[in-house]
Amino acid sequence: MREAMLALLAKEPAHGYELRQRLTRALGPIGEVLNPGQIYITLSRLEKAGLVRSDQVAQAAAPDKKVYEVTPQGREQVASWLLDVSWPKVAPAEFHLKLVAAAVTGLADPIALIDAQRRDLLRRLRDVQRLAQAAPSDDDAVLILEGTALRLQADVRWLEACERRWTTRRPQ
Amino acid sequence: MTNFVLQAKGLSRHYPGDGVPVRAVDTVDMAVETGEAVSVMGPSGCGKSTLLHLLGGLERPTSGEVWLGGQRVDRLSETGWARLRRRSVGFVFQAFHLVDELSAVENVELPALLIGASRKAARGRALGLLERLGVAGRAGHLPDRLSGGERQRVALARALVNEPLLVLADEPTGNLDSGATAQILRLFAGVHEAGQTLLLVTHDPRVAATADRLLTMRDGSIVEDVRLEGGLSRQALLAQVAGWEP
Repeated sequence: MREAMLALLAKEPAHGYELRQRLTRALGPIGEVLNPGQIYITLSRLEKAGLVRSDQVAQAAAPDKKVYEVTPQGREQVASWLLDVSWPKVAPAEFHLKLVAAAVTGLADPIALIDAQRRDLLRRLRDVQRLAQAAPSDDDAVLILEGTALRLQADVRWLEACERRWTTRRPQ
Repeated sequence: MTNFVLQAKGLSRHYPGDGVPVRAVDTVDMAVETGEAVSVMGPSGCGKSTLLHLLGGLERPTSGEVWLGGQRVDRLSETGWARLRRRSVGFVFQAFHLVDELSAVENVELPALLIGASRKAARGRALGLLERLGVAGRAGHLPDRLSGGERQRVALARALVNEPLLVLADEPTGNLDSGATAQILRLFAGVHEAGQTLLLVTHDPRVAATADRLLTMRDGSIVEDVRLEGGLSRQALLAQVAGWEP
């Protein structure tokens, strides 16, 4: 979020409210749950870090507003963010350890854990698919929902592989 | 009283095996309400396709009963089943069974003509479905000029042309890329909204997730029957998608 805000400011300076509107637009349906307070907090942190600077602009009929613009250092940060290939943490390692732990401790049945997880993932997938289907098809932000759906799909497939493996170990 | 469109009572299908019979479907009890969308998942060989074949009259049970809209159908003659399939049950198979001599649109409109729809109405419905499935541009082609994925969508359109009360589908997205799968999912959502009942046997999580209810099969039995709807609120879901959950 921090870098995305910097990137928007790298395009052109904006005050907090404008920035919030642009972010909301870029996020499509997810923009609904954007926390406005978070935007202002992030802006002041970015300013402290020297990545943006602000100017007070006087307004006739309203209080002064703060217009933020990106610093050269901030611009550099945006460029390196764009090229960074790190990817959010994925769940397999932890879930695999859960299955192993369930089996060795006898505290849970691995197959039951797989079933419960699949149920939960399919519920989310169902909801995400509905959101994607309801969104206007020309909204680029639908790609966020499609990406989420594809990941959930991959996770459910992986649970099938877990099930095949753990079924053969199950005491008959 | 609950309005079941489909019911199985003690339904079994055993095949002769090496010494011990194989219980492909083993005393299954299930009921599907009118307008429900139900998916059936389970590992390969769990009996889910056989169950669908029993429910659609493609195979005969070893024992047990199948009820469709209040009528017992497991002892119906082949002609009786053919009539049911034409009017009230749409069946989407893994194998497509299109008529080779007919074009895509002629294949789709055939079941409508067979129940007495006018040529114009049948053609209109057929083209509408092909359009929604993204294959309207191929309407005039014979099946052997179509790709596997296109044939599959034509077969799906044919199964839906008479707006059957009940749609039974076996791996409806088996050969499709993700774009074509999305079109099928949208169509299923529309079918479901229109109040038709869906029973989907699938490996594909995206297909399974179009349903309200999930049945899980293992070794010929239904081991789990859960509802999929009513999870998170819209706000909570969006926050989760965005990765902003607390």
